[in-house]
Amino acid sequence: MLLIPCPWCGPRDEAEFHYGGQAHVAYPDDPAALSDEEWARYLFFRDNPKGRFAERWSHAAGCRRWFTLTRDTSTNTFTNTSAAPEVTA
Amino acid sequence: MTSRRRDGHPAHAGEALRFRYDGRDYEGRAGDTLAAALLANGVRVVTRSAGLDRPRGVYAAWTEEPNALVQIEKPFPEPMLQATTVELYDGLVATGLRGRGRLADRPDPARYDACHAHCDVLVVGAGPAGLAAASAAAASGARVILADDRPAAGGSLPDTGETVDGVPGARWAAGVLAELAERPEARVLTCTSVFGHYDDNYLVAVERRGEAAASRERIWRIRARRVVLATGAHERPIAFAGNDLPGVMLAGAARAYANRYGVLAGRRAVVFTANDSAYEAARDLAAAGIEIAAVIDARTTVPARLEPGAFPGHVFAGPVLPGHVVTGVGAGPDGSVASVTVSAFSGSGLSGSGLSGEREIEADLLLVSGGWNPVVHLFSQSGGALRFDDGLGAFLPGVSVQPVEAVGAARGVFTLAGCLEDGAAAGARAAEAAGFPAPQRPVPTVIPATVAAGRTAATPPVTPPATPSATPSATLSATPPATPPMALWLVPADDYGTHFVDLQREVTVADVMRATGSGLRSVEHVKRYTTAGTAHDQGKLSGVLTSAIVAHATGVEIGDLGTTTFRAPYVPVSFAALAGRDRGALHDPVRVTSLHSWHVAHGALFENVGQWKRPWYYPRPGEDMDTAVLRECAAVRDGAGAMDASTLGKIDVQGPDAGEFLDRLYTNMMSTLKVGAVRYGVMCRADGMVFDDGTVMRLADDRFLATTTTGNAAAVLDWMEEWLQTEWPSLRVSLTSVTEHWATVALAGPRSREVLAGLAPGLAVDAASFPFMTWRDAEVAGLAARVCRISFSGELAYEINVTAWDGLALWEAVMGTGAVTPYGTETMHVLRAEKGYPIIGQDTDGTVTPADLGMDWIVSKKKADFVGRRSFSRPDTSRPDRKHLVGLLPDDPGLRLPEGAQIVAVSPLPEPPVRALGHVTSSYRSAALGRTFALALVAGGRDRIGERLYVPLGPPGDDPVPVTVTGPVLYDPEGARRDG
Ligand SMILES: [Zn+2]
Repeated sequence: MLLIPCPWCGPRDEAEFHYGGQAHVAYPDDPAALSDEEWARYLFFRDNPKGRFAERWSHAAGCRRWFTLTRDTSTNTFTNTSAAPEVTA
Repeated sequence: MTSRRRDGHPAHAGEALRFRYDGRDYEGRAGDTLAAALLANGVRVVTRSAGLDRPRGVYAAWTEEPNALVQIEKPFPEPMLQATTVELYDGLVATGLRGRGRLADRPDPARYDACHAHCDVLVVGAGPAGLAAASAAAASGARVILADDRPAAGGSLPDTGETVDGVPGARWAAGVLAELAERPEARVLTCTSVFGHYDDNYLVAVERRGEAAASRERIWRIRARRVVLATGAHERPIAFAGNDLPGVMLAGAARAYANRYGVLAGRRAVVFTANDSAYEAARDLAAAGIEIAAVIDARTTVPARLEPGAFPGHVFAGPVLPGHVVTGVGAGPDGSVASVTVSAFSGSGLSGSGLSGEREIEADLLLVSGGWNPVVHLFSQSGGALRFDDGLGAFLPGVSVQPVEAVGAARGVFTLAGCLEDGAAAGARAAEAAGFPAPQRPVPTVIPATVAAGRTAATPPVTPPATPSATPSATLSATPPATPPMALWLVPADDYGTHFVDLQREVTVADVMRATGSGLRSVEHVKRYTTAGTAHDQGKLSGVLTSAIVAHATGVEIGDLGTTTFRAPYVPVSFAALAGRDRGALHDPVRVTSLHSWHVAHGALFENVGQWKRPWYYPRPGEDMDTAVLRECAAVRDGAGAMDASTLGKIDVQGPDAGEFLDRLYTNMMSTLKVGAVRYGVMCRADGMVFDDGTVMRLADDRFLATTTTGNAAAVLDWMEEWLQTEWPSLRVSLTSVTEHWATVALAGPRSREVLAGLAPGLAVDAASFPFMTWRDAEVAGLAARVCRISFSGELAYEINVTAWDGLALWEAVMGTGAVTPYGTETMHVLRAEKGYPIIGQDTDGTVTPADLGMDWIVSKKKADFVGRRSFSRPDTSRPDRKHLVGLLPDDPGLRLPEGAQIVAVSPLPEPPVRALGHVTSSYRSAALGRTFALALVAGGRDRIGERLYVPLGPPGDDPVPVTVTGPVLYDPEGARRDG
């Protein structure tokens, strides 16, 4: 069970959080202007790196805030944890 | 049967306990394990093997036992326990277990519980290294937890009889515990097995507290800043012919039975070893009264210090035979060891050609020591890498990825002095790393009396292994000279049919070679093919042996081959312990509405909807479900009915941008809604699939109340929050769940208006004053209420909302009119299905668009964008052959199709494969239609209206049932009744 550093509440058990997948995948400014392929890329394609990965978490059973953390997917260590919450899709 | 207890051993001072095993009565002593008590009573065959029906005896002395599985019958039935870990108690009734056990046929009366703890340093294992670590860490003032799986501390000290600081090891260990007890921040957990090591030093343990305790077992969930693993080592078996028979035992186990329990496992023993430690065991056993018939050492040279004469006063009865191996076991009448065949051994390879000079030695005990495997299970679970040490012939902890360190035998330090020093240094290091500088303290000394008698304290194998870079180094005491161990895994032979690798799974060297012979190279594959290492013991003894034999057979280095993955749990854990108190009524929260007591009092049966208990239907005396539901449906269609709708999710959406926010999430326009009006809405995911539906009321310019389906309320709130926080933080909106603030009574049917008028004389209820899809604040039955004119039944209908506190009073007032029939969720489902209203989650499954439901009208053409909009023009979502929601009428008007049934185009069924066109999503008996009907998702369904399709229901060979496709709205398609 990961110990996840919520920027608002401090370190808490993983069970209190909801995972939100890759961070920085912003909703397109004008979806209608996108080709089907571009729209499908937004909908369905996400990175799956071994190593550092910026991802979204929601402290669902705590403060209910969304925030972004960078996690090393091979060691499960978090970085940029002291930074203010970075709100992004 | 004569007792096999050592005269005058302190363990026999304990209380006498009566127990029954396989139908016979025996006596044991407090402090015995069941295995020790059986051995003390001369019971050698404890069970038989599951597949080959071979006799099985006690092989080990603790959790690594592969053989002696028992079924406990009394005090409470429990399957598959190891006789070596069951503490004896008075009245115990057990039987030997062959294969699988049997669960209890009655509820377990014991209580199980859970504890959560945080600490600076968690030390796992209270052997010499663990005690030294805990003591050093606790001296710093750090919060320390020391967990050990045995009832008493000391690890292997009571097994070996070694002394520390001049006193017997067990007494020294008790002293360390007493010292820890004085420290307010230290906690000692005995009988506690740490069985899982997860991310961020989250470890899980099970504490066995005994039958008399308030809770029989407790699960500990521990978060530790630093972890010190002092988990010891397991002695290693050797694969040779007949190595599974009763009387074959690990040398260290026989030593433990003699020293810890005062029990002699046999009378005359042959010792088979490839390292020095078995000589210590032989010496202790000789002293205890077991005749040592021979020491068979596979190594060609044996150091002079280990010759029998080197242990003054404890002369072995037989010779030490270097360069020999055990090639066979002769069985007596009961199937246990009666003689041992040994041969001189030269050369290598896998054939028996290097064996010569066979001879037979009479013995009832064959003690085996193939070396020692550090217990690296938790270290490996924590993510740490393992490396193979050629000198020790064992896998050791390598680079760790968490703040965890293995010490003592767990990292290949096998001398007592080395373990004490290693542990003390690691404990101080861990405390310091956690922010508690540890004071300098003297390391406990090992000055055993036997040194004066001319021998070293503990058998030194070799120089301690080099420390991997990521593990802090420990300075070790000078190590006495030793003869290097020989990595002997198996005795070569021409027939490997009884060279057992995994005794419980009955996997032999021949089985492993069959696997490698058929091309398997990975030890993971061999494990799954042969099942080696998959029994209750998870391969504690067989795992590394399997790797070694695969390496042998395939000609690779074992270090390159590696081990199978170590996974939790390290020891078997009962589901009862894991469940703890979360069972029965406490398994999951139960949510009930403020009207619940009335439903119970009036005989409602309940349906689980998420965590809610909802009235399903209200049977009258003599009514079955069909009859009750038909009556309730007719009451709503002909008169008036009321349903408890309080469970619908309700979200208060407030703020200047609330309208804009809802416009972005719903497919239709909400910002144009007028205060006092209600609008139905659908939400889609970005992929265009329907996610939820409900009504939205505008309460004020900057305030809306959105309702959700009962089961989806939390998910919808989360969905709204996610968009608000992550995509549109500039919108001035706040969201609050008010589901439980309100009680809601749905009042439906042609007479609902007059019922409402009677209850709310101040409310103008005529169609012009209170039109469809509006809401009014009013006093209903003297209660402040908000009344909505909306309908989910197709009838003239209202939803009356009051505070939850007033819910019961409102409901009783409605029922008090005498004109209203209570109805449940089943009737609600039938009524809405007759109208073709889908239930999101029942008629949809996350692959259905509004267009698939025939609801293009709910999708705004005016809004530039909303979540899901772009997906409606994807090629896949605009295909004409997508599945559409349609109605189905079975030819047989009495046949109710099962929900989930598949739909095909042809009958009789051709040979498979047969293309399924879709499936039945809802299916009911209709009072209004006088027949059965169904809703279904059917490929290109709207283009098939009027077509005949088929539903295969019976066994293969039966013709499918014919049905006719219709539109989804089967009742009052004009909507005249709803508009009342
Ligand atoms: Zn938080």
